[in-house]
Amino acid sequence: MTVLSAKNITMQFGGLTAVDQFNLELSANELVGLIGPNGAGKTTIFNMLTGVYVPTMGEIMLNDQSIIKKTPHEIVKLGASRTFQNIRLFKDLTALENVKIAYHNFIDYNMIQGMFRTKKYWDEEKKAQEECMKLLDIFDMGEYADTLAKNLPYGQQRKLEIARALASDPKVLMLDEPAAGMNPNETAELMETIHFIRNKFDITVLLIEHDMKLVMGICERIIVVDYGKTIAEGTPDEIKNNSDVIRAYLGD
Amino acid sequence: MDHIKKKAYLINTIAVVALYLVFFVLIQTKTMNNYFVGIAIMTCIMIIMAMSLNIVAGFLGEMALGHAGFMAIGAYASASFSMALIDSGLPLPQLVILILAMIVGGIVAGIFGFLIGTPTLRLRGDYLGIVTIGFSEIIRIFFINFGPTGGAAGLKGITRLVNFHNVYWVTIIVAFLIFTLGRSKQGRAIISIREDEIAAEAAGIPTTQYKVLAFSLAAFFAGVGGALYAHYQSFLEPSKFGFMFSIEMFVIVVLGGLGSITGSIISAIVLTVLPEMLRSFAEYRLLVYSLVLIIMMIFRPQGIFGRTEFSLTAFIESLIQRKNVKKSIGGGEAS
Repeated sequence: MTVLSAKNITMQFGGLTAVDQFNLELSANELVGLIGPNGAGKTTIFNMLTGVYVPTMGEIMLNDQSIIKKTPHEIVKLGASRTFQNIRLFKDLTALENVKIAYHNFIDYNMIQGMFRTKKYWDEEKKAQEECMKLLDIFDMGEYADTLAKNLPYGQQRKLEIARALASDPKVLMLDEPAAGMNPNETAELMETIHFIRNKFDITVLLIEHDMKLVMGICERIIVVDYGKTIAEGTPDEIKNNSDVIRAYLGD
Repeated sequence: MDHIKKKAYLINTIAVVALYLVFFVLIQTKTMNNYFVGIAIMTCIMIIMAMSLNIVAGFLGEMALGHAGFMAIGAYASASFSMALIDSGLPLPQLVILILAMIVGGIVAGIFGFLIGTPTLRLRGDYLGIVTIGFSEIIRIFFINFGPTGGAAGLKGITRLVNFHNVYWVTIIVAFLIFTLGRSKQGRAIISIREDEIAAEAAGIPTTQYKVLAFSLAAFFAGVGGALYAHYQSFLEPSKFGFMFSIEMFVIVVLGGLGSITGSIISAIVLTVLPEMLRSFAEYRLLVYSLVLIIMMIFRPQGIFGRTEFSLTAFIESLIQRKNVKKSIGGGEAS
């Protein structure tokens, strides 16, 4: 079953075509990698899929619903959430608050009930507290619940961002270079985490990554883009031996 | 609500009531004369203004320099309303009239907050600051030229409904509401915009909606403050709601700590009472006032409390702990 599909999406910035006729089909519970040299247009593709940019042409469907011209928060509600290449946490808030903010759509009380602290407020906040703690515990971050996000170690910040993305209960999780800046041990741990959340939450994962060990290690399918075009698609082994890919990375 | 929270509620309620009783006794025994009661009332109004500005400046993290404009709208709307209501001859108790006037003032100001917030909140930082200054100047000049509310000569004959007792409790209620707002789902959403707007949007927060909400709420409470001001002064003149008054409120919020309600309260008290205390050094007054601000900004640029809140429960606990430590040290020496 296709969860997320993009048909011929094109993004032009003035005269520059950053992404040209890109196609993508993600099935349920798949783990797909998106790779390519610097400036190939990977993050632009991400930004189109998450509503930050509106494609110049083409169609994107999420669970059989068009998400073209939808704002990022509407797309989150429809079931696609993301992390950022350069970590974007709410730095001066605690880890728990970071997750609670993304849990926003599942907390059901209005502003008046919140300001006057009715019973509904306490019930819903208690539920939110428990659910968000559960999520942090899944990432072994329970002990950091009350630590300010900016004071967390780098690896934990990455994990917290993934936890926050998962709090909105997505069907598709998009990770933009989750291993950037991590050492080999942290990367190995991250690989396990990604595998684990894919199975635990039963979601589709699309990730951009430069770390080939990570991509080859966990992705079931890899899409290679260069100059905004798909140049290859296949299993890690196929990609490794694809002459176009080697040329894109190493030149002729 | 768990045990610790119940205890915190109890302690804070006791403190609020105790403080009220102190003032009650002071006023009843005439220890505090009308001059001091007047300062206390103005302090309460400034606390409300500072706290309401804190919703935009502290929670949302935007520079809003036109808060006096919303106060003016609230003041004029509520005053016109209460004058009409009293003229109509309905036999309503004074407190009911005041409450209705505050609600009217708040809602009218809130509507203007909504109308102005919707188009201008696309701007950020200093640009928004300039637009809000412009807006509050428009309000001021509108009232100068608007005949039905007295124009430049001012609006006279507002019944004086505010005394220390009701203004105190209104301040407490507003403080409670703004405090709980900051800890509700809506408050978290607003704060997340301050932290990182793009990340907030990616976390599923409808940022535009919450920005407008924050702006309207701030305007609402500013309107309530304006209503209290109108029914305390019983006379309104447009020149009071100028640019400098907005700046004064902004200074209070920055000095108290952006995002800290208790900080706003303390700093509103200091910055309202200080100029009055310095009245005897008339010519040095502004000098000292400015010096206090400069010294403060050098040594504590994040404001008195930064983004944290002063917690009475935690304060009491630390006092008890210190006592216990002293006791155990004393005991150790004896043995």
